[in-house]
Amino acid sequence: MTAGAAATGWVGRSIRRVEDPALVTGRGRFTADLPSAWAVRFVRSAVAAGRIVRIEAPATATVFTAADLAGVKPIRPMLHKFNYVPVEQPVLATGCVRFVGEPLAAVVAATAEEAEDAADLVEVEIEESGPVIDGYDAVEAGAALVHDHVAGNVMVAAALETPDFEEARAGAHCRLEIEVRSRRQNAMPLETRGGHAAFDPASGRVTLTCATQMPHLMRTAIADLIGMPEAELRVIAPDVGGGFGQKMSLAAEYVVLVWLAQKLRSSVAWTEDRRENLIAAFHSRDQSLRLEGAFDDTARLVALSGDVVANVGAYSCFPTTGAVEPLMAMTELPGPYDVSAYRCHARGVLTHTCPMAPYRGVSRPVITLAIERLMDRAAAQFGLEPTEIRRRNLIQKFPHTSATGLVFDQATYRETLEVAVDAMGLAAFRIRQREARRHQKYLGIGLATFSERTGYGTPAFAARGMEITPGWESVEVAMDPSGFVEARIGASPHGQGLHTTLSQIIADELGLEPGRIKVVHGDTEHTPYGWGTFASRSLVIAGGASLLAARKVRAKLARIASHLLEAAPDDIVLEAGVAKVAGTDRAVRVDALARAAYHQVHRFKGDIEPGIRESAAYDPAGTFSNACHAAVVAVDPETGAVTVERFVVAEDAGRLINPMIVDGQIHGGVAQGIANALFEEIVYDQTGNILTTTLADYLPPTIREIPPIELHHLETVSEATITGAKGLGEGGAIGAPAAILNAINDALSPFGVSIDEIPATPQRIRAALRAAAETARNVE
Amino acid sequence: MSDRIDLTLNINGRDHAIRVEPRRTLADAIRDDCGQTGTHVGCEHGVCGACTVIVDGAPVRSCLMFAIQADGKPIRTVEGLARGDELHPLQQAFIAHHGLQCGFCTPGFLMLAVAVLEREPDIDDEALVDALSSNLCRCTGYQNILKAVRAYARAYAAEPRG
Repeated sequence: MTAGAAATGWVGRSIRRVEDPALVTGRGRFTADLPSAWAVRFVRSAVAAGRIVRIEAPATATVFTAADLAGVKPIRPMLHKFNYVPVEQPVLATGCVRFVGEPLAAVVAATAEEAEDAADLVEVEIEESGPVIDGYDAVEAGAALVHDHVAGNVMVAAALETPDFEEARAGAHCRLEIEVRSRRQNAMPLETRGGHAAFDPASGRVTLTCATQMPHLMRTAIADLIGMPEAELRVIAPDVGGGFGQKMSLAAEYVVLVWLAQKLRSSVAWTEDRRENLIAAFHSRDQSLRLEGAFDDTARLVALSGDVVANVGAYSCFPTTGAVEPLMAMTELPGPYDVSAYRCHARGVLTHTCPMAPYRGVSRPVITLAIERLMDRAAAQFGLEPTEIRRRNLIQKFPHTSATGLVFDQATYRETLEVAVDAMGLAAFRIRQREARRHQKYLGIGLATFSERTGYGTPAFAARGMEITPGWESVEVAMDPSGFVEARIGASPHGQGLHTTLSQIIADELGLEPGRIKVVHGDTEHTPYGWGTFASRSLVIAGGASLLAARKVRAKLARIASHLLEAAPDDIVLEAGVAKVAGTDRAVRVDALARAAYHQVHRFKGDIEPGIRESAAYDPAGTFSNACHAAVVAVDPETGAVTVERFVVAEDAGRLINPMIVDGQIHGGVAQGIANALFEEIVYDQTGNILTTTLADYLPPTIREIPPIELHHLETVSEATITGAKGLGEGGAIGAPAAILNAINDALSPFGVSIDEIPATPQRIRAALRAAAETARNVE
Repeated sequence: MSDRIDLTLNINGRDHAIRVEPRRTLADAIRDDCGQTGTHVGCEHGVCGACTVIVDGAPVRSCLMFAIQADGKPIRTVEGLARGDELHPLQQAFIAHHGLQCGFCTPGFLMLAVAVLEREPDIDDEALVDALSSNLCRCTGYQNILKAVRAYARAYAAEPRG
């Protein structure tokens, strides 16, 4: 794609999504819409830890337990670095249970109601043992072990220290310690998980339709575990109602469904209910950091150290493993700040809780929270505006090699900070803030500057030692004899609008309208192998592969046109559905080229292979998006209630393919970040029972809690990707928690509190204010 | 729970004679017994609003209503909004303003907003936002849902009405 194409073509335009007409008319096709012969209900453990004594089903019910699935291998995600100890998860609990909600048995009945009734009659006897729930408790000496072979419950432990660390730390003007924690969240896609497995007696194959972000890898994994040839399994991701990471990891339940379909030679379906989703679909966050920043006398951060404890739950998720959170924390903790002296110790710790999986942002919402709280605390100590301390510490020269060896390409850390602060009107805000305080109204402003590593290929995953290294994507672009184009992609969108954006990229390359291009995805039968949609990568990587494949198609069309127009291929230009000889009026319609490629191949005298079908793969090194989020909040110290008054995002994700879709991604991410900061928390009691099992206890925000989100775009076209685009799907969720928490602390600065834990619920805010008041009284 | 009852659901003007257990929810009956799968089920406990349909002119959470309670009453679902190929103006507004991403919550929001505005065409903005806080969306941060509904509300309020 030339720079000119971007200005005049389809890329960069907010065209309407081709996905939408079906979805607004109720013609979307989601997993739960498929009828099945049998409904499946899972019997789940009601206790967190213990030995299974017996599982007894009434004679009238059809129930399968681990004993029936003896031939099915346990899920065993693997990492080859960082002292990773592999743990195995049986698809149905075997011998013991390790978290409340763990599947114990599968009940099959004619309807979902009957399956539920029968499941209630299954008697489960478990000899309970004491569970360990909290990450810090899990690493205490004598803590109960979640897996007997994992000493101290430490599933993964990584450490690094740069050679200059001790000297830089010792020579610092001052040091500041801070402990930050994000409690546990659930990604909570509005569509819960679910699967439909159908056995085809004619072919002997099973088709699994499920709410997944990674259909190809699900197929490989499930076939491996069951021990069936991959060719006997087809996986379809139909319309998927949001994923945010939760639908990226392999659900043990899907393995059981495929096994049941084979066993019963029929079709079976399971639709997770919301309670199951809240207790037993993957959880996220639950990460604690202890940070120390050493600053020189100009408030420059000269040495940073961190101790990370990530609670990974009872098992390791497939394919990333539960190590992804602590390892990403270690690698990316310094964020956008220029600090070369760094030490970090990061652990992933097993507990008797629901397993963790990546969720939008993956660790970065928490590490950004940590370092941004550190910056604000340091600013207060130095008597600086939060803006000023960031100006002094942000990376400014590119490319920049970080303390952990990451290479940051050109970005706009300083510029986005200034844009966000200008938009907020910082000086005027400070006046308003002072005025408000005189009337006992407490307003605060908070900033979060961050980098978002995106669009990374296999080397980044290999660096983590993953046995499975995702990264590349492949795309097949074919033109049919009528001149219409199909792009078959391995990525698997579920709300991102990839059908629309990829068609924009391909349209520009081929000189066609996007409406001529159909994107096929989410079916292992009809798409090339690929990894799926996660990690802010699809537009960058599948987009890059689409561009490369479209270039091959363009080259072929040019060669065909060169024959028909008797001109050199290099002289052929494609635009507006026509191939022209540059500088002449000789032209032929692209659909005539397509027709010739299939039906008049004799004209090319063996020079051109019949048909138009090209494929390409793309595996980039990766890039960094960046943004500054700024929030204004009002805090009521009497009740601890927080109202978000304004939210500004200044972001830079490189070339924007479809700005409307970009804005939507940021809006949604910010809303999830605000939820992380203020509302959403999965709460366990000491016995490992979950107290937040409905959406009346676990609190996703409504329209009432989300303020208007103001967006400002900078567009530093990336040289690290062939489309110039950087990924951005996660950024909204990364910056918002830190901006909100910093704003709360700014609002409450007259009270001398530092709230460093999210969600900052009214209870936590009131507890901090009470503790501060108590301390003040004791001092008096 | 096996004693089934006969009832008729009138969905988008068409009668569906079905035989269901008395405990069958309206949402399940619409989806599974009448095959109208545009109505989605998100929580089954009346919080998310994905299953919102219009019964007798009022928006209801069909997961909290039994099918028998809607026997014979006019029910409108997302499938009934468009007239042939012509989308309802609110459906058009959702597309124009990018009011959906994954689309799972969309039928519920559409039916909620249509019912609220039909009942109160000149509803003020504050009350409109309040009404929209009935439903959950996980993708959009509500920004563009609000834009779409406001755009439609303005146009709808300006329409002559007899």
